[in-house]
Amino acid sequence: MARTVWDSTVGKKAVMAVSGLIMLLYLVVHMIGNLKIFFGTEEFNHYAHWLRTVGEPFMHYEWTLWVVRVVLVVAVVAHATSAYQLSRRDIKARPTPYAHRRRRAGYATRTMRWGGVILGLFIVWHILDLTTGTVHAGGFESGKPYQNVVDTFSTWYGNTVYIVAMLALGLHIQHGFWSAAQTLGAGSRSRDRALKTVANVLALLLTAGFIAVPVGVMTGVVS
Amino acid sequence: MRLTLRVWRQKNAAAEGAMSTYEVDGISPDMSFLEMLDTLNEELILKGEDPVAFDHDCREGICGACSLVINGDAHGPERTTTCQLHMRSFRDGDTIDIEPWRASAFPVVKDLVVDRSAFDRIIQAGGYITAPTGAAPEAHATPVPKADADFAFEHAECIGCGACVAACPNGAAMLFTSAKVNHLNVLPQGAPERETRVLDMVGQMDAEGFGGCTLTGECATACPKGIPLMSITSMNKEWLRAARKAGKR
Ligand code: HEM
Ligand code: SF4
Ligand code: FES
Repeated sequence: MARTVWDSTVGKKAVMAVSGLIMLLYLVVHMIGNLKIFFGTEEFNHYAHWLRTVGEPFMHYEWTLWVVRVVLVVAVVAHATSAYQLSRRDIKARPTPYAHRRRRAGYATRTMRWGGVILGLFIVWHILDLTTGTVHAGGFESGKPYQNVVDTFSTWYGNTVYIVAMLALGLHIQHGFWSAAQTLGAGSRSRDRALKTVANVLALLLTAGFIAVPVGVMTGVVS
Repeated sequence: MRLTLRVWRQKNAAAEGAMSTYEVDGISPDMSFLEMLDTLNEELILKGEDPVAFDHDCREGICGACSLVINGDAHGPERTTTCQLHMRSFRDGDTIDIEPWRASAFPVVKDLVVDRSAFDRIIQAGGYITAPTGAAPEAHATPVPKADADFAFEHAECIGCGACVAACPNGAAMLFTSAKVNHLNVLPQGAPERETRVLDMVGQMDAEGFGGCTLTGECATACPKGIPLMSITSMNKEWLRAARKAGKR
């Protein structure tokens, strides 16, 4: 079964859709968690600490967090690999462009590949910035996420990278969510409008919710 | 009408091709696009030049033989086949670009003619049913719900022209394949091969070197028979169901 799925363009696309939806679910939770920064240092840092204790006493300290991290890494790798392989195939299948060109498809649809690459690079930068602190601007201290976030968004490049990536994310989800429904055979004529609406709402909420944090720091609401 | 045509000319499959410019005069707005090309070819023959090769057969919009990407649109600006496109869709003095279907699975044979036998092989992989031959069966023997009959009929309209592939930025044959799969998979007559059909036809589609679907919707916009984009969704559902079943066996 796994071979059948991975060796087919239809199956590989289903892998892309499922891994995308897993990341999407995570991002909704992540975005809501981020908004706690508007309720002060204590609440935000406490929330970050709680993330490491979820599932106790059954789970040991940080076990749940590591399970989530492993699932996400698998999802990112599966998503990027299937996207890369399918894109290469698509480009090879249409080697000669038309002499008479015209504008095709919507902006979100046309930017899935480059938008995906931007998101991939962002994921790496984001982890090096706020998880490991490798490229962090201020004095990174694990366990003090509130201050770390404020430091990141006190630099022009921190804000720029983050906001550009979140705009790319919104576009990616707008086409991606609806596409995933079609790929997994869940779309239908009667459900199409509802699916498109959910895609738009998700895209808008995630982009706005994530961007609220750097905007909060820039305007001094969070400091 | 007087028109400037920029036409893709290519001697054979191995030769390099290029766009060549021709002037045609005395075109009536009531002519079909193919009749306009016939007029050009008559002039070329009289001048002792090689006429432009293009595919056509029924000239009444039902066989799927005609093709041509006209000004960047498969089958031109109207939602119909090239044979049913009339010159009244253009204006006197227009310059019209005429190119063959472009996809690596549809190699150019000559000028505007491409080899679409990849579609035949997709059909051979599963576009059939197993049924006893002989006298016509009793009409009431196998009831088909109205909704299923409509669904099958809508997909049976596909004439296999390949405009969907030509329009797709990935050269994908998903709309054609889904039309064929859905047409038979929904009917009781197609039930015995329901799983193998979708797996084998998609497998052949991949083997022919067509691209994959990125849901741009260009195919359904170009399709002269109005096969909807949602056909692809239905085929994906059938494929995933068949893959699950095959996995259990
Ligand atoms: C590693 C970075 C990423 C890359 C390289 C990438 C690339 C792609 C590509 C090329 C597609 C196919 C586009 C098309 O069909 O035209 C796609 C689809 C999709 N992406 Fe991403 N993406 C990335 C990150 C994400 C993230 C973070 C999410 C989470 C929301 C996501 C969700 C989706 C969804 C739901 C789809 C739709 C799948 C389908 O069409 O069935 N992607 N991605
Ligand atoms: S789906 Fe439409 S465009 Fe594609 S081959 Fe069939 S009739 Fe032609
Ligand atoms: S020539 Fe038969 S459909 Fe156009």
